[in-house]
Amino acid sequence: MTVDGSGARVARRAGSAGAGGALELLDGPVTDTTLRRYLEGIPGVDAVGLEQRAAGLATRSLKTSSKAMALDRVIELIDLTTLEGADTPGRVRSLVAKAITPDPSDPTCPRVAAVCVYGDLAAVAVDALGPFHAPRARAAGTSGIAVAAVATAFPSGRASLAVKLADVADAVAAGADEIDMVIDRGAFLSGRYEQVFEEIRAVKEACRRPDGEDAHLKVILEVGELVTYDNARRASWLAVLAGADFIKTSTGKVASNATLPMTLLMLEVVRDWHRLTGEQVGVKPAGGIRTSKDAIRNLVTVAETAGEEWLRPSLFRIGASSLLNDVLLQRQKARTGHYSGADYVTID
Amino acid sequence: MSFLDYAPAPESRAILSLRPSYGLFVDGEFVDGNGPAFTTISPATEEGLTEIATADDADVDRAVAAARKAYDRVWSKLSGSDRGKYLFRIARLVQERARELAVAETLNNGKPIKESRDVDIPLVAAWFFYYAGWADKLDHAGLGPDPRPLGVAGQIIPWNFPLLMLAWKIAPALASGNTVVLKPAETTPLTALLFAEILQQADLPPGVVNIVTGPGATGQALVRHPDVDKIAFTGSTAVGREIARATAGTRKRLTLELGGKAANIVFDDAPIDQAIEGVVNGIFYNQGHVCCAGSRLLVQENVHDDVVERLKQRLTTLRLGDPLDKNTDIGAVNSAEQLERIRELTAAGEEEGATRWSPPCVLPDAGFWFAPTIFTGVQTSSRIAREEIFGPVLSILTFRTPQEAIAKANNTPYGLSAGIWSDKGSRVLAVADELRAGVVWTNTFNRFDPASPFGGYKESGYGREGGKQGLSAYLAPAGGIR
Repeated sequence: MTVDGSGARVARRAGSAGAGGALELLDGPVTDTTLRRYLEGIPGVDAVGLEQRAAGLATRSLKTSSKAMALDRVIELIDLTTLEGADTPGRVRSLVAKAITPDPSDPTCPRVAAVCVYGDLAAVAVDALGPFHAPRARAAGTSGIAVAAVATAFPSGRASLAVKLADVADAVAAGADEIDMVIDRGAFLSGRYEQVFEEIRAVKEACRRPDGEDAHLKVILEVGELVTYDNARRASWLAVLAGADFIKTSTGKVASNATLPMTLLMLEVVRDWHRLTGEQVGVKPAGGIRTSKDAIRNLVTVAETAGEEWLRPSLFRIGASSLLNDVLLQRQKARTGHYSGADYVTID
Repeated sequence: MSFLDYAPAPESRAILSLRPSYGLFVDGEFVDGNGPAFTTISPATEEGLTEIATADDADVDRAVAAARKAYDRVWSKLSGSDRGKYLFRIARLVQERARELAVAETLNNGKPIKESRDVDIPLVAAWFFYYAGWADKLDHAGLGPDPRPLGVAGQIIPWNFPLLMLAWKIAPALASGNTVVLKPAETTPLTALLFAEILQQADLPPGVVNIVTGPGATGQALVRHPDVDKIAFTGSTAVGREIARATAGTRKRLTLELGGKAANIVFDDAPIDQAIEGVVNGIFYNQGHVCCAGSRLLVQENVHDDVVERLKQRLTTLRLGDPLDKNTDIGAVNSAEQLERIRELTAAGEEEGATRWSPPCVLPDAGFWFAPTIFTGVQTSSRIAREEIFGPVLSILTFRTPQEAIAKANNTPYGLSAGIWSDKGSRVLAVADELRAGVVWTNTFNRFDPASPFGGYKESGYGREGGKQGLSAYLAPAGGIR
């Protein structure tokens, strides 16, 4: 048994390292009671202090070579996203083209990590990516671009478990490499932690492919609906305990999305989890990150909280749509010495 | 290249144009001093910045005479609202010249630009704005109707927050109708002299504020001067004692803000990540050159190891170096003398058996530098748990129960500040009630606001600065003045 900072007993994700998949809480079976005992034993979050720390990190000033490096890194960490009711195959193909060639005027521009679409369009994205799709690219020795699909009755999560699992299975079958699921916020807020936990586990199971590979699971907490930092922290721990590969702030569909203090808080959770178990879990802020400056502040927060090793696509993503063009404008400015304008970057 | 190797991001010095030399500021003019001029330096590089005049007894006498004349003829006759106008004007000018003042402060003191830019200078403006508002409301200061100013105030300030301490002293003195002779610290006179330029810009009547630079002897002359009505001092307890002796038996009123050895108490239910930030901010802010620094960490024994591990991890992310770099967290120690004292006390800590740890950290060759340092296994009898180090050095002790935490926190000759970290409101209030310290922060540390009084118990001094209480150091009830 290990003891974490709160002195609470620690659950271990048996099998998250490969075997099984079930989780053992070392002091009892997974129930609302044991989960509550654990989650509520985690030290609280002081909102003022957390926001002060985030504001302090936001004052870091990245100039010249550091800025150039950070801008490229931001692009490599973007999940280029379209999640609209009006999405069409044409729109997704356009997004994919942008993901492959972010800046036609600069062949040195890196590619984004993934495109993020609704599940029913995952097949379109896979097809449009062609040789750039991550599995094919990996086979050819390059990294490629992954397809992430939102699922589980995104964004509200208000559907039966069977419907959610079918949603996931469809997306996985269509070739999605990553599943962005939403937790049941209603269940979380009413204290049904076990239900949230079991849902995440069931979705994780549904992410398995016949070939033995897994679609990576990002668990969206929708912090804008959990509201308090204490809730966000507990939900982060719950998702990590249940086997999330990533914890993600938001759907982008509610008023409050990824704020720097929230991202900081989630990074503290994965840092503590790593300290405790040696396992690395990723973090994905999504929604509201529109400028290079915001994105760079996120990168600084990652590097100074979880560590620089988290600054790679397997451990950190930024879910965004308009951010990419702002970064491209900043890159062009760095290259040419002057600002261009919206007509010098492509719309997707 | 590592992402964390942030490229240099220095604040430009171009905004600051220093004259080759600065005189004393007496009766609204810069005048030569009788003593030998000296060079003031940047402690980060030991580079000379400009020449500073030294005031001897005769210069101090001239300055006090100018302050007396200004008091009798102008300042004491002005209405409160007119005094307030001058203070508002000064506050706005400080804001307008904020960047220049921040660069000057960082150059002369060694503190990181992010602190002078984001904390010191904004607080200076806030202090003048706050007391400007009081100038025409002194009837409500709690001293009865129509309280009277004391006359000429002699003010002596330290080097750790040069311009902020000036504001803490001058703003309430002027708001309440006193005139001032101020002596900045020997090593950090620069921003006080730039402030004198601001007073000229603000068209403050000559003699209302006079600034005399020089070593300790200049301060002694001011303390001993018979025509000074009030002495306000911030600095070491040793010098504060001398001043108390020198003013005993005279009509001079005295307020002292002296040293501290604050306890920062971390309970096992504390919001842990924020507590670590608070501990870091408490002792490594301004290189620990803070009289209210949280230099003794009292941590509940059952979370000691976890807190120390997290603290060490956090300290490895601190950046020590060029104070003008916007990413610098730890700047230079202000003087060779202070550096020597820090070295001596940390050596004593090791000799007494405490375990010393610093993050990997390259110190620049020139200038005065000390790596952030923590000591574990410190006992209450250790020198590093008793004496004020005034540097980036944290002594970590443990406790078992709230009662023990309170007893250990109070077991010091000082009593300036303390911090409590706990999620439990009832415990925070109960412990705060028992701590003998002028300021108790809960779940934060080193936060200042002009509306909040600040001052010490025991050997940390007497009198309060800030807030309504700060006015009573410069006012007497009507008819109460001798």
